[in-house]
Amino acid sequence: MIALSDYLILSAIVFCIGLAGIFINRTNIILLLMCVELILAAVNTNFIAFSYYSSDVTGQIFVFFILTVAAAEVAIGLAILTLMYRNRGSIDVDVTNSLKG
Amino acid sequence: MEFSSILFYVFGFCLVASSAMLVIARNTLKAAMLLILSFFSVASLWLLLEAEFLAITLILVYVGAVMVLFLFVIKMLNIDQSTIRAKFTTYLPLGIFISIVVIAQIALVLSAGQFDLENVEEPTRHVAGYSNITELATDLYTTYVYPFELAAVLLLIAIIAAITLVHRKDSRSKKQNISEQISVQASDRMRLASISSTKSKETK
Repeated sequence: MIALSDYLILSAIVFCIGLAGIFINRTNIILLLMCVELILAAVNTNFIAFSYYSSDVTGQIFVFFILTVAAAEVAIGLAILTLMYRNRGSIDVDVTNSLKG
Repeated sequence: MEFSSILFYVFGFCLVASSAMLVIARNTLKAAMLLILSFFSVASLWLLLEAEFLAITLILVYVGAVMVLFLFVIKMLNIDQSTIRAKFTTYLPLGIFISIVVIAQIALVLSAGQFDLENVEEPTRHVAGYSNITELATDLYTTYVYPFELAAVLLLIAIIAAITLVHRKDSRSKKQNISEQISVQASDRMRLASISSTKSKETK
């Protein structure tokens, strides 16, 4: 039998891998977006695990909305990425420093 | 060991391994393929948790649409891999440090014993004819119908925003400018030129 804490630990590990990926792949925005997707998948697994173990379908509905927002985010993110490559010829985050922030 | 436990560990191992390889992948295309594998593992885990509709949605929407968009952008942009990987090790210690801190925090919370997570009883599995879609839809179209429509509007905004961002004005376009056409004056289109019929020596 798989306990609820097993699912929570598994999604925590995946969450941390995605978080480390954001720090490691600072130069490639496509990989950054992929790591964000990984983090969202881990969080969604948490929601569904809690939904299953408490026999309540509301958690799944929340995941449904998260999937919607994530799809919209990826579409706009890749559009911005294409625009950035067109204007600068590079997708390096460190090159994008014209605001000097 | 139950069969479902074996499935959990197999898919969990697949998920962790593929996501770890994604993070350190040298090739962006390979990383996209590994992300597809991890999405499949996540979907299998969701099937174990009886969230059938969302598992299928994850595969259809993410692997079918979002990952194709990713692959399209990867192949469309000519990314120099060598410059990307030059700074790989710069942020590696920071990344590992942050991950260890976050893992320690989560382990601290989960092992505190105040949530009594180990003793949460696994609910009984539903019978064979049970429909996850019906239950999800019943809640979605009654209690959550307003957020559901807002999600539709959000997707519309995303479509418009993505097209507006990437759309380039075509110089060969024969599109008509309506306001310019309406507000045209006769003097804009017609010019009265006085041309003398014979060759005159004086100019007016």
